[in-house]
Amino acid sequence: MAEATLQHDAAAVHGLAGEYEAPLFGAYSKKVGMWLFLASDSLTFGALLFAFSYNRISNPAWPTPFGKESIANATLMTGCLLSSSLTMVLGVLAARRGDKTWTLNWLLATMAFGTAFLVLHGLEWTRLIDHGMTPFGNPWEPGVPQFGGTFFTLTGMHMLHVTIGVIYLGVVALRKKFLPILAVIWIGGYFLIPSNNIFHYGIHALGIGLIVSALILFLKPKIYDAQDIEVSGLYWHFVDLVWMFIMPLVYLMSTKI
Amino acid sequence: MHDVAAHDDSKGQYFWVWGALLILTAMEVALAYNQVFQPVAMLQVLLGLSIVKSALIVAYFMHLKFESALMRWMLVISVIGLFAIMYFFFFPDAGRILRLGVR
Repeated sequence: MAEATLQHDAAAVHGLAGEYEAPLFGAYSKKVGMWLFLASDSLTFGALLFAFSYNRISNPAWPTPFGKESIANATLMTGCLLSSSLTMVLGVLAARRGDKTWTLNWLLATMAFGTAFLVLHGLEWTRLIDHGMTPFGNPWEPGVPQFGGTFFTLTGMHMLHVTIGVIYLGVVALRKKFLPILAVIWIGGYFLIPSNNIFHYGIHALGIGLIVSALILFLKPKIYDAQDIEVSGLYWHFVDLVWMFIMPLVYLMSTKI
Repeated sequence: MHDVAAHDDSKGQYFWVWGALLILTAMEVALAYNQVFQPVAMLQVLLGLSIVKSALIVAYFMHLKFESALMRWMLVISVIGLFAIMYFFFFPDAGRILRLGVR
């Protein structure tokens, strides 16, 4: 492998007839790039999870408000994400064998599961906020104000990642056809969600996603191939992976007897 | 594509992994809902199960088991290092505050 890098002539220096240099990690650069991004993003979530765990252990009076309904909801959400990972990987397989129809189907299924997760999580947030939980306090243990802050930061950060993931998959699956769909969901969501709900304002994240997607689709139009779908799959599995840690730490460590 | 492994193209494998993940999730929920352990031990057990679930996702769904050994080991060693720091340096601090108390 080393000798490939030693031989180069004038043409190769200008990139015209370069020697083949095998990739360091044995994978194409897009995949390595995504792994590097996921490594950095896992540090972000790692820091948040560390902080949450520290708070959880060092506070014996930690609120335990999650009863049967909340735990059932969280388990359903976990089931949605795990199933979305399965459909994602089936989509990658379909893309590898060149099956456009099933690639699209599996990607849409993944997006559907992801959206279900977001809706369920949004309903959970609304329920908790209606009970009086804020980032600065909670009605169950006033002496432990960190409960709200850590909960909303961790789950909010994750929810944002899932939202970005769904938009990413939409761009890869549907390309420019996704833009009007996203616009309808954004505007429709804004008008349908009542204004006393935080998501009435939070849904503008979809507007930002719309602008970014439009920029990417118009400035760099391309047919997304199996490699692009595999790379988007890596991001999606990462989002699922983070939830594997968030669910036990946040929900299961705070169950109400 | 030279980097696509031929031996892992079975759909069945992915369904088995999915099933294992669902079962592990059910185990976690059962243990936690019945509050089988106290908080610190509960955290250790849940973290242990979560690490197993994550390993399955990373190895099979993210395909890392079939990637080049260099990438695999770099990621595995970083993650093990991270957990070692968390478990041996960070969590004892969190537990110590319970014994020493807060003034």
